[in-house]
Amino acid sequence: MLLLRRLATALPSIAGVIIVTFLLTRALPGDPAAYFAGPAATTQAIDEIRHQLGLDRSLPVQFLDYLGQLARGDLGTSLSTGQPVLAELLTRLPASAELTLLGLVLSVVIAVPLGIAAAMRPGAPVDHFCRVVTTAGVSLPTFFTGLLLVYVFYYLMGIAPAPLGRLDVFSSAPPHWTGFYLIDSLLARDLPTFGAALAQLVLPAATLAIFSLAPLARITRASMLAALGSEFVRTARASGLSRRRIVYVYAFRNAVLPVITTLGMVFSFLLGANVLVEKVFAWPGVGSYAVEALIASDYAPVQGFVLTMALLYVLLNLGIDLVYGLVDPRVRLEA
Amino acid sequence: MNTAPASVPLLAVEDLSVEFRTRSGTVRALDRIGFELHRGETMALVGESGSGKSVTAYAIMGILDEAARTTSGRIVFGGLDLVHADDKAMGEIRGRELAIIFQNPRTALNPIRPVGRQIADILLRHGNVTAALAPQHAIDMLARVRIPDPKRRALSYPFELSGGMCQRVMIAMALACEPQLLIADEPTTGLDITTQAVIMDLIAELAAEQNMATLLITHDLGLAAEYCGHIAVMHAGHIVETAPTAALFATPRHPYTAKLIAATPGGAPDLAGLASIPGALPDLRRADLPPCRYTARCERVATDCEELPLRRLALGAGHHVACHFPL
Ligand SMILES: Nc1ncnc2c1ncn2[C@@H]1O[C@H](COP(=O)(O)OP(=O)(O)OP(=O)(O)O)[C@@H](O)[C@H]1O
Ligand SMILES: [Mg+2]
Repeated sequence: MLLLRRLATALPSIAGVIIVTFLLTRALPGDPAAYFAGPAATTQAIDEIRHQLGLDRSLPVQFLDYLGQLARGDLGTSLSTGQPVLAELLTRLPASAELTLLGLVLSVVIAVPLGIAAAMRPGAPVDHFCRVVTTAGVSLPTFFTGLLLVYVFYYLMGIAPAPLGRLDVFSSAPPHWTGFYLIDSLLARDLPTFGAALAQLVLPAATLAIFSLAPLARITRASMLAALGSEFVRTARASGLSRRRIVYVYAFRNAVLPVITTLGMVFSFLLGANVLVEKVFAWPGVGSYAVEALIASDYAPVQGFVLTMALLYVLLNLGIDLVYGLVDPRVRLEA
Repeated sequence: MNTAPASVPLLAVEDLSVEFRTRSGTVRALDRIGFELHRGETMALVGESGSGKSVTAYAIMGILDEAARTTSGRIVFGGLDLVHADDKAMGEIRGRELAIIFQNPRTALNPIRPVGRQIADILLRHGNVTAALAPQHAIDMLARVRIPDPKRRALSYPFELSGGMCQRVMIAMALACEPQLLIADEPTTGLDITTQAVIMDLIAELAAEQNMATLLITHDLGLAAEYCGHIAVMHAGHIVETAPTAALFATPRHPYTAKLIAATPGGAPDLAGLASIPGALPDLRRADLPPCRYTARCERVATDCEELPLRRLALGAGHHVACHFPL
């Protein structure tokens, strides 16, 4: 019930995204008809292609066409590959999802304990380390971190594989269950492929993790400090509860609420950062797909990509709301 | 009974000094304070805001924050010096022998944990019950503090309860392990008048039932007089006068106490009255604080007050005053 209501509140934003993507792609520089007709084409040929693409009709008519297609689950066809956009997005989505999730997990696993440790000993070395990490994290652009990691670990030290996609040339993709190579290779009990997939994932995932580490560590530290200084922690101390119980059950469970909210935000940043990181690592995900389409003035994939991201974003926030409600009774009962 | 010299006090605070190191200087929050409390006795600690009442309470509980340093003295409780006790020993005593309830019950409770579980946490910590029985014991405790429908209330979160109900929960938590000493730090501030009386009566009744000593911290001399056998008056980190309630009201010996009593007509609760005493507390960060911290506000001040160290004079029958020229 709660789920339905939250979904309903998301509808207007989805409608907004549909309108904006439609207008945005029309406003982009470049003429797809000219692009596809080729450099030698005559004006007549270009006009013909424009007619075929429906680009000579008025914007409202084009928009209605577009809505009709969406309603049928048709995201259009990519002009450059000739494939339906939906199918292409679906085959590429697991690659992006695996990378983004791994990056996020990596950063949570580092940032949260770091933030807690820093909050428990303010001013100690671990606190200073936390400050350095959070400052460095925000000041490095992701594509730069990515290039730097490739330069150091692949080019200089030679311990990372070439940044050329999800698997090196000697491995073949595991059978398709989830589309996540790490999981699929484990399900197929194919450890070499698992290792190969992991090796490819480490650098791009680390790039994303470094990017998202800063906000997570910072918010964990701040909210943990606030919780440790709160009156209910004072009560817990005055009741003689053990230090572990005070820190993890009393302070941390309260401190985790803002962390969850930030996690949602960080995830949406990551969806954006992904686009460049995929480009750097030749990752066959939806981000690099969208970038290539954008360069080719190929509307449909770009629209499909933005729409997919918007949907993911909405679903993500829904998930965040649900998790938040599980932790915080105040939210649960208000609804 | 307080005249029996042989009886060992339950709590003896001796010469206790506490400082806070802050960025803007050292706050000398308590300066060589001392008082005694016997089993089953009730004592009030009164004084205006900033006089060091809460710091005294937190020092006894061992929950002062990191910036605090105990620079002198002892706190002897049941034969153990709490100032020098290690964390483990303090952990055993807190919540079991020594308990405290705070001013703001709503924020003093964990907002995202059902109140029954918060009580059960304490019961489990001090090993009084098994995990299976703890929830039922928590419900029994809620019933003891007269919370209606305790079974259902045990599952409530603090935000679902009124301020008065939250304070009852705090009392239930404090009394769960039948402590010897309860410190109540302004337990009724922020509650409406009727609820205040109900909560105070509840504390007094439960304390009497289990022969528990109570240290009531309050601004309110009237409230202190109504519920406590002894009163200690604090001013700027000093205890200026300690006496049985009747003696304090009949013959106040410290000028500050006299002013306080004059400002509290008919024992009516009067916060504004405290503020009407001329002058303010001295800045406790000053390095050159005079031995008596009341000099700047005192009408009887003499050169001795600014120079001679302050001593605690015994005036008999548990009456002590820290003044060179008592009334
Ligand atoms: N954590 C701290 N750091 C620095 N100074 C502190 C700290 N806690 C208390 N103090 C100082 O100690 C003095 C006594 O404070 P305390 O809280 O004991 O007053 P109080 O008598 O309880 O007042 P109130 O009636 O307002 O609760 C004040 O000057 C206060 O500024
Ligand atoms: Mg106080």
